Amino acid sequence: MSQSTTDPRLLRAPPKRPLRLSWSDERVRGIVWQILVVGVVGAIFWWLWGNTVHNLEVRRIATGFGFLWREAGLPIAESVIPYSPTDTYFRALLVGVLNTLKVSVVGIILATILGTLIGIARLSRNWLLAKLAGVYVEVIRDLPLLLQLLFWYAILQGLPGPRQALNPVGGVYLSNRGLLLPWLDWQPAFTWAAVAFLAGLVGTWLYRRHARAKQMQDGQPRRIWPVGLLLLVGVPVAVWAALGAPWTVDWPVLRGFNFRGGLLISPEYFALLLGLVLYTAGFIAEIVRAGILAVPHGQWEAAQALGLRPRSVLRLIVLPQALRVIVPPMTSQYLNLTKNSSLAVAIGFQDIVSIANTTLNQTGQAIEGIAIIMLVYLTISLSISLFMNWYNARIALVER
Amino acid sequence: MGDVTQKIELGTSVAAVPEAPRSPPMATIGPIAWLRANLFSSWLSTAVTLLLLYLVIRWAVGLVDWGIINAVWSVPNNQTQACRELKGTGACWAVITEKHRFILFGTYPYEEQWRPLISILIFIGLFIVSAMRRFWRKELALIWIAALSAIGILMWGGVFGMPYVPQERWGGLVITLILATFGLAFAFPLSILVALGRRSQLPAIKVLCVLYVELIRGVPLISLLFMASVMFPLFLPEGMNIDKLLRAQIAIILFAGAYLAEVVRGGLQALPKGQYEAADALGLSYWQKTGLIVLPQALRLVIPPLVNTFIGFFKDTSLVLIIGIFDLLTAGKTAIIEPAWQGFGVEVYLTVGAIYFVFCFAMSKYSQSLEAELNRHRRR
Repeated sequence: MSQSTTDPRLLRAPPKRPLRLSWSDERVRGIVWQILVVGVVGAIFWWLWGNTVHNLEVRRIATGFGFLWREAGLPIAESVIPYSPTDTYFRALLVGVLNTLKVSVVGIILATILGTLIGIARLSRNWLLAKLAGVYVEVIRDLPLLLQLLFWYAILQGLPGPRQALNPVGGVYLSNRGLLLPWLDWQPAFTWAAVAFLAGLVGTWLYRRHARAKQMQDGQPRRIWPVGLLLLVGVPVAVWAALGAPWTVDWPVLRGFNFRGGLLISPEYFALLLGLVLYTAGFIAEIVRAGILAVPHGQWEAAQALGLRPRSVLRLIVLPQALRVIVPPMTSQYLNLTKNSSLAVAIGFQDIVSIANTTLNQTGQAIEGIAIIMLVYLTISLSISLFMNWYNARIALVER
Repeated sequence: MGDVTQKIELGTSVAAVPEAPRSPPMATIGPIAWLRANLFSSWLSTAVTLLLLYLVIRWAVGLVDWGIINAVWSVPNNQTQACRELKGTGACWAVITEKHRFILFGTYPYEEQWRPLISILIFIGLFIVSAMRRFWRKELALIWIAALSAIGILMWGGVFGMPYVPQERWGGLVITLILATFGLAFAFPLSILVALGRRSQLPAIKVLCVLYVELIRGVPLISLLFMASVMFPLFLPEGMNIDKLLRAQIAIILFAGAYLAEVVRGGLQALPKGQYEAADALGLSYWQKTGLIVLPQALRLVIPPLVNTFIGFFKDTSLVLIIGIFDLLTAGKTAIIEPAWQGFGVEVYLTVGAIYFVFCFAMSKYSQSLEAELNRHRRR
């Protein structure tokens, strides 16, 4: 005990020395250095700013964000919200942001699933599976993403036209116009079923909390899955059936030289998504593998010795510990995927970078255009960081 | 004692019915045992193995058919009819036979192309020398300066009887290597200063460094490249013009500097606090402490992640394609713009990809072996 008590002299704050105006005083040196560095950086920026203002005047380039409310006149091939070239630049840029989000969100979900599967496959006891997963990771990570995107785009463009479209599964067509999938004709009944599903999600979560609390009291484990199945599947299906069980599938059909109906995934979006998912999955696989390997072998053995089933070992013992290692690097992979989606400009998918680039070419307002790009990405990056930090704090080891 | 054993023996022999001779235990060594343990250990494993084998063999056969058996290796002067007739059943390697000089050297004058070739070899030599641990000392910086100047003289020419070649004519692999290597050579010292600044006690300097790192890391490289190509001319006084390659190079240096700074900061944080305190106790000044005690240890710790970051930059230099600089990938993409060669993108991208892969794979293997070597003392 006596060893842990600190010397009382150390607890006292160090005495304040008066500032000596001499180079040998550390604090004086610090202040001088700071003034010097800030001064130099400030002077450089002042000089650049002065040049910029002068150049803008000479070249008669307008400044300010007034152009946002002018008519854009730029055509956009795919858009989540209704858009026509007569809309404003603001709306065009908004379409770009939504397109960026569309590819990033879908990409993050798919890359996480694929990456986790490959990461686990690399640890498989099956030699062939582990080796193939290893080769995949090594090859995909050693090729530039832009090259992969151009490669996939070249392959998609080299596909036959709609009349000779590849038809791997009934109703799915792959041609140089893109990928066509059968799609449900959206009915109000589906919306209600989706609402019921969301309500079921909340209900399941509440029941799980209730069951946990009860288990804490009497030690009796309760089954959650029957209630979950009922709330998540049974009720939505019942709602859908009660509304007349409408069911029309919109099948893509070849009419003349092109397809009608179905859900069209454009070659640009498909190539971008494919490239981003395959590339990022290679990195995620390594993170998942490292995370699982980071759990000491003794933890597996101890869990087995307690009589847990293999599935429970993974769910209750290994995964919670592995996630702590996995989540921080995973965050930066999600950020990378979002930032890499800007490579869309190279294959003609109109994301925010592509549309802002066209905007700045049309209006000549380069500074505003690039400021918008940077602002959008900084916002997305910060949002992902905040969310993942919140999640990380939730799963982090609670220490004393 | 003997009595008891006898009883048991008797008991067993009575109970045992005459049975068939037992088979010997399964082999645990040898190729068959290996196969059983690693490929056919269970029903599921067997199914997976068979499925994968089927897919691999089918795919490999298809690849050999496409890439070797049905491939066209050369065509007479740009007559790509033979390639077109394959209709995708075979590769048209003729595009590589025809365009490989263009892909490697861009529009560099044809009879002078030995100069970029030697520059590429110098780059490779420089990488190999830097990778060897016995050269990890201060003189390495001199080797770098000498090699980079030699490359500059070779590429520009104008002396020793070599005709002058303007920078606009440079292209291909050498541009990729220049962007990556010069980027690293300038970004590395910058990143050390920024990392030190970020851990500094001086608030103004710390804030500047944090702002720089976080702003750069929050935006994609493309936006910086756009900035370099569109906005940079506005920043300079009238009449002063910096060529496009240099502007892209500056953007890459600023970008790389921010990422490397985070790697270096990791090394600075990993160094035990006692090292800093011991240096202070010896009465060393800040720069003596940093140069003699902190950096030599911290940088050694982060060499493997530094190599990984460098692989990332090597790949990222390909993004200059978007602002129209003639690097390896741009040269490949331009080679197939000509109508006669349109549609053979897959062959060109596979070739260009192979070149990138060789460089990145070598660096990645090197980084892994280095990591194992540097961590050897930690393993039991």
